[in-house]
Amino acid sequence: MSSTFTASPFAGKTFGVTVTNVTKSFGKATVLRDVSLEVKPGEIFCIMGPSGSGKTVLLKHIAGLETATSGGVKIGDFDAANPETRNKVHLALVFQAGALFNSLSVYDNLALYPREHRQCNEAGIRERVMHALSILSLEKAANKFPSDLSGGMKKRVAIARALVMEPQLLLYDEPTSELDPVMSATLTEIIATLREQTAVTSVVVTHDRDLAFAIADRLAFVMDGRIRGVGTPAEFKNPTDPVIANFLNPVIDLKNPRFKQLENSHE
Amino acid sequence: MNYLTAILGHIGGSLLLLVRTVKYLPTLPRQFPRFIEQCYLIGYTSLPIVTILSFFIGSVLALQSGYSMENFGAKQFIGTLVGLTMARELGPVMVAILIAGRVGSAITAELASMKVYQEIDALTTMNIPPERMLVLPRLAAIVVMMPVLAIIANLCGWYGGALVCQYTHSISVDSEAYFTALKAYMKPKDIVDGLVKAEVFGFVIITVCCYIGLNTRGGPREIGASVTKAVVTSLILILVLDYFVTKALLFT
Repeated sequence: MSSTFTASPFAGKTFGVTVTNVTKSFGKATVLRDVSLEVKPGEIFCIMGPSGSGKTVLLKHIAGLETATSGGVKIGDFDAANPETRNKVHLALVFQAGALFNSLSVYDNLALYPREHRQCNEAGIRERVMHALSILSLEKAANKFPSDLSGGMKKRVAIARALVMEPQLLLYDEPTSELDPVMSATLTEIIATLREQTAVTSVVVTHDRDLAFAIADRLAFVMDGRIRGVGTPAEFKNPTDPVIANFLNPVIDLKNPRFKQLENSHE
Repeated sequence: MNYLTAILGHIGGSLLLLVRTVKYLPTLPRQFPRFIEQCYLIGYTSLPIVTILSFFIGSVLALQSGYSMENFGAKQFIGTLVGLTMARELGPVMVAILIAGRVGSAITAELASMKVYQEIDALTTMNIPPERMLVLPRLAAIVVMMPVLAIIANLCGWYGGALVCQYTHSISVDSEAYFTALKAYMKPKDIVDGLVKAEVFGFVIITVCCYIGLNTRGGPREIGASVTKAVVTSLILILVLDYFVTKALLFT
């Protein structure tokens, strides 16, 4: 990657994330139970876990989109729930569904952030946007509207939009779901190399074992709203916890499928 | 009791939204293209329906008052009646009702789907306050466009009345007499009062519709429900406020 992504005035400052005893309930449903985590500055931290275990809600707490019922999240020394924090820390969240602005073209989606924050002139914005689009091989889609794109392309545009923001804290929600294997690999490489270019801390919520084990500095497993284990990928190569082992290497057993085991256990 | 606290919460939320939006007023000059776009959507595209509606309201008003005033030979005052009614009451209120239905519903639908499809969340994480980018241009546009639309509605209503007076046999007041009567009892304050009302309604429509849109949760059905709620709330508030604003303006 060229030096386009190192132009951020905030480059050089890295922020860690500290999650302290976060519990979150929606009405009667408790989604997160006493979750504590620490992401070190400049780290690539992967959060893995089954669907519905509260990974995305945890990510939203870090992004400041949700407020914890009890406990709190800090980015560096700043409270993530305080809107002022976003003036001090540049953070970007890649939404699982993309969350592109449907009434703006792909180009304008990417250009919105530098334009709104008056970071550079139109020519500079054009350079940054086209560079981000070329990384994700999206140049041809620049003038299309999100409604004309496939699911995978929307995801790539969402990632390109996050890259244009030159964030210090990048949060990905399932970045490789809906992508083909080559694009997943490309994206994994982008997440990994971005750190060498800019001082960015990445938190990746994912199911993708290849991604997590290839680039994560540390992994956390969230199950049923609780942290089941935290450690380096090497430590999880041969997990001792049977639940994590099953999650990482589910055996497909056609003779005794899981749904039948469930049915039998109900009887 | 819960219902009451919910209503108070909504009132507080709307006012908070309004305050936050006004706080971003200094950023309006650089959002000029967005402001112009909203002026076009709120003002220009509403023009045809506003002219048609107010023209016919003026004509029907002349027709009805001609019928009833004939009984005591006060036909020469039709102009006064139509003029004052349009300027003080029907012009601003009808424009407000139209805008609530035509523009308010569109705004709520747009903001609600942006909220439901996480576009608002994306804006928040990008540190672009939705109040600044979405609410402020609309609020500024309606502040500019409401008086313009109300003036156009007044003019169309007056001319509609004049046309009916001249060409209806049972009334047959020529337009010169009609406009003389209209001018004779019309003070500048009457026009200004009407425009003040239009302005108040504009504020209410944008605040309510943006607030309800931005607080939508759920899916397509909730978007529809939000639109209905926004239009109904706007209409009720317009009618209730109309009484109190009129009373305040009449006796000051």
